[in-house]
Amino acid sequence: MSTAEPITPRAVGAGHARVDGPLKVTGHALYAVEHGSDEGVTDPLTAWVVGAPVARGRVVRVDAAEALAHAGVVAVLDHETAPRLTETGDAELAILQDDRVHFRGQVVALVLAETSEAAREGARLVRVHVAEEAHVADLDEGVDAGEAYAPEQANAGHETDWADGDLEAARGAASVVVDQTYATPHEHNNPMEPHAAAAHWDGERLTLWDSTQGVHPVAGTLAPLLGLDQERVRVRAPYVGGGFGSKGLPHPPEVAAALAALSQPGRWVRLAITRQQVFSLTGYRTQTRSRVRLSAEPDGRLLAVEHDALSQTSRAKEFVEQTATAARMMYAAPARRTTHRVVPLDVAVPSWMRAPGEMPGMFAHEVAMDELAVACGVDPVDLRVRNEPDRDPETGKPWNDRRLVECLQRGAERFGWAGRPAEPRATVDGDWLVGTGVAAATYPTLWNPDNAARIESRAGGRYAVGIGAVDIGTGARTVLRQVAADALGVDVEAVDLALGDTSLPMATVAGGSAGTASWGTAIVQAAQQFRADHGPDPAPGLHTVSTTEGYPDTEGHALHSFGAVFAEVRVDRWTGEPRCTRLHGTYSVGRVVNPVLARSQLHGGLVMGLSAALHEDGVRDPRFGHTVTQDLATYHVAAHADVPPDLSAEWLEESDLLATPFGGRGVGEIGIVGTAAAIANAAWHATGVRVRDLPATPATFVGGVRG
Amino acid sequence: MTALRLTVDGAERHLDVDTRTTLLDALRERLEVTSPKKGCDHGQCGSCTVLLDGRRSLSCLTLAVAQDGAEVVTAAGLGSPDALHPVQQAFLDHDGYQCGYCTPGQVCSAVGMLAEAAQGHPSHATDDLEADPELTDAEVRERMSGNLCRCGAYAGILAAVQQAAGAARAEERA
Ligand code: FES
Ligand code: FES
Repeated sequence: MSTAEPITPRAVGAGHARVDGPLKVTGHALYAVEHGSDEGVTDPLTAWVVGAPVARGRVVRVDAAEALAHAGVVAVLDHETAPRLTETGDAELAILQDDRVHFRGQVVALVLAETSEAAREGARLVRVHVAEEAHVADLDEGVDAGEAYAPEQANAGHETDWADGDLEAARGAASVVVDQTYATPHEHNNPMEPHAAAAHWDGERLTLWDSTQGVHPVAGTLAPLLGLDQERVRVRAPYVGGGFGSKGLPHPPEVAAALAALSQPGRWVRLAITRQQVFSLTGYRTQTRSRVRLSAEPDGRLLAVEHDALSQTSRAKEFVEQTATAARMMYAAPARRTTHRVVPLDVAVPSWMRAPGEMPGMFAHEVAMDELAVACGVDPVDLRVRNEPDRDPETGKPWNDRRLVECLQRGAERFGWAGRPAEPRATVDGDWLVGTGVAAATYPTLWNPDNAARIESRAGGRYAVGIGAVDIGTGARTVLRQVAADALGVDVEAVDLALGDTSLPMATVAGGSAGTASWGTAIVQAAQQFRADHGPDPAPGLHTVSTTEGYPDTEGHALHSFGAVFAEVRVDRWTGEPRCTRLHGTYSVGRVVNPVLARSQLHGGLVMGLSAALHEDGVRDPRFGHTVTQDLATYHVAAHADVPPDLSAEWLEESDLLATPFGGRGVGEIGIVGTAAAIANAAWHATGVRVRDLPATPATFVGGVRG
Repeated sequence: MTALRLTVDGAERHLDVDTRTTLLDALRERLEVTSPKKGCDHGQCGSCTVLLDGRRSLSCLTLAVAQDGAEVVTAAGLGSPDALHPVQQAFLDHDGYQCGYCTPGQVCSAVGMLAEAAQGHPSHATDDLEADPELTDAEVRERMSGNLCRCGAYAGILAAVQQAAGAARAEERA
């Protein structure tokens, strides 16, 4: 099997409307637990999660008598009565297997009932007796106890520490130094569809309608947990109500649904967790603290970049946000030092949230760059241009095509950056102090191996293309069809695409901005192999399945996307209320497969970045170890009125054949990167108040702006 | 259990419900009408928005038994995939959605909101409470703020609602 060859774009690059649009706007698209009798889901039970009432301890006894006496309640599963898992090494997933309580909200019982009303009431009636133990749920408390440690590696396999050059000499030679600490709070993905699954065990096979970013990864994780061959686990996810990383890895809700189904052979079980439970059972972005020290020449040229990142994880399972990795490659500097330290706490397990690492790390780094620009009296755009590296500082490899400078310059022009006063608090419009800010964005070009696709010829020149990928709202269902059409050399209308089912060939997670790249490459390779096998005019019913060989040139090049984000912020001089009134991003992301959908993805990232800048705050009460702001009223995510009237995203025309055979890289995450920094920098420019702590709220500004 | 009659998307439906059942759960779990979505189950996200006797309403905050005899219209009743409502078509035209989970609620909310504005209801963004409100972008953004979209499709939704509002105004004039 040869690797995929570059294809000639025809459908790729065109703004096809989402193929599933009519189903979505009418509500006919079915999500996880919505699958009903016409899909074979009949007479389902409802399962309800009972969460641990303490942050740490032992379950002494689960008293289910009252719950079982409630009309409609069928069963209560606890750590003694739930089906046994074969593997229990993953303490996040091994629910109901022992009496340990690792964090508040952990699944300690499951109520199964004939209706959701009975299940919910049953859950309320379950009495969980625990032997509480002392816990630590506060980062500082963990640090003070000397618990911070250097992990073996950070998320995605990044090295824990990485340094380069003669740091002492660089520090000594510096005439300008910025040395500050930047903080981001716990952030919760909060897709609009809470995690949910409908599960069925027929004694032989487990079937799951799941809300996930990867059906194959879920089957691949659940099967060994349950002691089943993977062929006996079928996972389907035709429609998924967002994920943003929280549905990228299997979490307890899927295991709970599977255990519930195993306990009731032959019966469908629906499990949809509540919005509150989303905050403890589905991962989140841990709070981060970044000490960033930039040492520079008087003109802003960097001599040393230092980034020490601190975060917390759960004692139950390690997750290390790779906060300092962007500092390794972003700017040229002769010396560099980056570290990750993590504190284990008795708290819910953190995990992926849109651009793990880059999002909080680039907030810190890009606000520090703004502070350096001010300290040197250099325009923030110029400062970044001045520090452009000609090779990747981390690997020494040449870039695929680093066009950050063009993004900055084009974005500046589009935004109207020229003539911006250097001083803060220079523009007043009525009660509003007005400022503008900029930040750079970056995201690595990730690509997952081992994806496979199936191509089959049909009558009338049509082709069926199958891949077990998932469309979580990215538009995969639409763009993969475009890629397939070009790879086969046919019109998009001639392609029938199937996805979202483990009965289709292997596909990796919709995450890391790697979905379209990884799956698309598999489709291109399969299409080319199909043509090699069956020629240009095949009889109906012929097919080819192929699995990708390594495509992207990661050996020879450092593959990254870049962008520049510009923001205008207004802060009320009396109340300190911040509003972002303009937000623009210019990106270099390779060839855009579908400009309509890519724009929506980039807008979505910008909006989520704005939301992080001004609103989102997962407040934990260390006394109890839970998130106090565990709903959408107190954990505010950007609403219509929060979004700038003037929101725009554009990209450079380009094609990156080092990344994929259709020239595209990913667009899912880069929109959130740098956005919070651009807004924070604009807020400083408006008010003179430096934002180093997210979110920036009226309280951030009110003391500094009055008068 | 209480017997109940609802008109849902034009069809008369009879059902017995637990008095604890919300209108949202009655629709989704008893009647298999899953067009309204559950994003929070307590009035904080707008995903469950339906038109209840013609007005937009959060069906998760309404007990089904309190709605005996009511007329419920969901996004599935406003249009079908082959015959979309103008608001639904506008969402398609402006890519006003991504995952689609908030979308049926956004669509119902937009239809209800346009009717409210046409009836002269002011909003927090209205300067002159006496005059007929003009649906500026700020008005639309304010009036749609009860419908969260975590995919951040707000720019497309705004454009879609404005397209539908413009079409409605043109129809009025004609
Ligand atoms: S589900 Fe009703 S408002 Fe969220
Ligand atoms: S389209 Fe996904 S939440 Fe709005």
